[in-house]
Amino acid sequence: MNLGTRKLFDRAFTALGFGSIAIMAMMLLVVLAPIVSKGISAIVFRSTVEHRKMIYSEFHRGDRVSLEKEIAASDAARRPLYEMLSGFEAELSHMDEDKQQEYKAKYDQLRTALRALLGPLPGDSEPALTRFKYGQNRWDKAEEKLHDLLYEKQWDYSNPDIAAKEYYVSRAVGFEGTSLVRLFPYVEKNIDTMLLPEWTFYWGFITDSSVDSHIFGGIWPEIQGTFFLAIGAMLFAFPLGVIAAVYFTEYAREGFITSLLRSANSTLAGVPSIVFGLFGLAFFINTLKVSESKSVLAGSLTLAIMILPTIIRAAEEAILAVPKTYREASLGLGSTKWNTIVTVILPAALPGILTGGVISLGRAAGETAPIIFTAAVSVGSAIGLADVFSSPTPALSWNIYNLASEHEAAAEIRHVQYGMVLALISIVLMLNLSAIILRARISKKLKG
Amino acid sequence: MELTAETLGISQKAGTAVRDIYLPPERKKISGGGTPHVSAKNFSIYYGEFEAVKKVNADILSKYVTAIIGPSGCGKSTFLRAINRMNDLIPNSHTTGALLFDGEDIYGKFTDEVLLRKKIGMVFQKPNPFPKSIFDNIAYGPRLHGIKDRKNLEGIVEKSLRKAALWDEVCDRLDKNALSLSGGQQQRLCVARTLAVEPEILLLDEPTSALDPKATAKIEDLIQELRGSYTIMIVTHNMQQASRVSDYTMFFYEGVLVEHAPTAQLFTNPKDSMTEDYITGRFS
Repeated sequence: MNLGTRKLFDRAFTALGFGSIAIMAMMLLVVLAPIVSKGISAIVFRSTVEHRKMIYSEFHRGDRVSLEKEIAASDAARRPLYEMLSGFEAELSHMDEDKQQEYKAKYDQLRTALRALLGPLPGDSEPALTRFKYGQNRWDKAEEKLHDLLYEKQWDYSNPDIAAKEYYVSRAVGFEGTSLVRLFPYVEKNIDTMLLPEWTFYWGFITDSSVDSHIFGGIWPEIQGTFFLAIGAMLFAFPLGVIAAVYFTEYAREGFITSLLRSANSTLAGVPSIVFGLFGLAFFINTLKVSESKSVLAGSLTLAIMILPTIIRAAEEAILAVPKTYREASLGLGSTKWNTIVTVILPAALPGILTGGVISLGRAAGETAPIIFTAAVSVGSAIGLADVFSSPTPALSWNIYNLASEHEAAAEIRHVQYGMVLALISIVLMLNLSAIILRARISKKLKG
Repeated sequence: MELTAETLGISQKAGTAVRDIYLPPERKKISGGGTPHVSAKNFSIYYGEFEAVKKVNADILSKYVTAIIGPSGCGKSTFLRAINRMNDLIPNSHTTGALLFDGEDIYGKFTDEVLLRKKIGMVFQKPNPFPKSIFDNIAYGPRLHGIKDRKNLEGIVEKSLRKAALWDEVCDRLDKNALSLSGGQQQRLCVARTLAVEPEILLLDEPTSALDPKATAKIEDLIQELRGSYTIMIVTHNMQQASRVSDYTMFFYEGVLVEHAPTAQLFTNPKDSMTEDYITGRFS
């Protein structure tokens, strides 16, 4: 191969390498950008006066005086609307039976749509669920609800060969000839003054507990639960893993048993996480009875078992990477084996051990399957530190799944789900970043 | 007894030009010492089936410097490392015969190798300071052996560094990481670290092979300084170094101790033809 071809190959490979990295970075951007932007919309969004009412009465935050002013303004805008409703009801009572029947159904639908937008209407009884106590909290959602109010969704089944198609008809048409027909243009025109949207930075999304299963409020119980579970798992797995790694590298004699243990450890690393979940349920809860039923303790233990192989392997690699000369130096000075391990080998292996530990911590924070049966509940308040032995907890990973698939109002609270995703990603990234920084610092200290 | 060409009755004329460079320099007299400190009696070391050191019989005299020379793989390092049981780290190694330290069997059933290593310190081929501060490196040994008092430790650190001729260079930065020192300084630090536990014997396993000539000269000067206070054994590939620093020299070949004699005699008038071939460079 002559010089020219060789250079050509070199350049081609450089381009290839650079290209693949660029593609990966772009893919990452494509994946992360929507998650981040949607997640941030859970915290930064245009909130309506209903949101501020909710925050004031559920979390006792906000300025009473300005809130009262806002409520007065929005009520003033709503009053003509309510008068239209009572006017129509009076009109309705004078109609004949058939007409009454015809309008009643449509009118009920209209009221439901209005409630979704503005909250309870005059004459409604006090709602039992918090979610019905307030109108639309978010302006982006309010705009959707406004559309639902103005147009009724219907389905076109006329062509049996294709799937039914949706189409919208104006509700105003249904009330043609009654006084209520004025309501629709009024709402469309005055929705701003009725809801008073303004940009909000809702930091409470991180620190508040949820209200009425995540319809309102924040995700603090989930964040706290995630920390409890991950840190609990580390408390069990980290010391155990380091001890096991020390045993493997320093004490175990190479032989059948050791290689068996080693391969068992590797196999454990490859077991699917759902299997750990079922194992945790069967072993920790049903057999050992560490708690009555699901608890943070049981979940932590399960996660610990899951991350143990990773920690052992990382620690083993780190210990093996400590130069043999340190060991010789220490032993040569009359140090015992144990002393050598504690004072020389482990400190030198610390960066590697910690990196493995923090990566495992991130994994424990993000895993869903092991905690489904052992620790996670979909709705709950933040538990105290004393309750970790007996109480289950909400956790980000599980609640993301729950909100995506099982929540009864999943479509209404996508922003909460994305907010949780963002929180989880941030936590894991932060942990990994801190691992990198920690490692760099200790390495620098060791290198001098 | 002064070990020079004259006292050994070797005429300058007898030496060839090659041998002249091996003539030992003037040395200070040693008071006391000269008794067998380490004695090998039919001592063999095995790695599995392989006999790395074969039936060695030798007395290492206290307070003198003994050099061990020989081609690579001749067992000289193995023999040295056997003296403070560093070979224990190698799986499947075992010994036969006896190796006595002050009359007690180093490989005896009841010998505490930890205590033994405290008395027989070792400096290795590659400088191997711990990734700790200079102070902590020196204080490592004393701390291990129960000295906690800071004042006391400071005294030991200064004394050891002075003995290793390193004090003037590092006294203002004892809290700096030892790995920031130069290779030669690191090696002297390792010597100081070993001296800090007050050993009786100092084993040096090719201590200058990773160093430049200037640093090598400092280590050799240091050996001269320590000579007379400690029993020193040094394995070296450099025959000139052996002749410069040692009083006695052992020549190993394929695990066999071929010749063990006063340095001046071994280099100028070897008894064995193999020694002669080796020191005149006919094989290496």
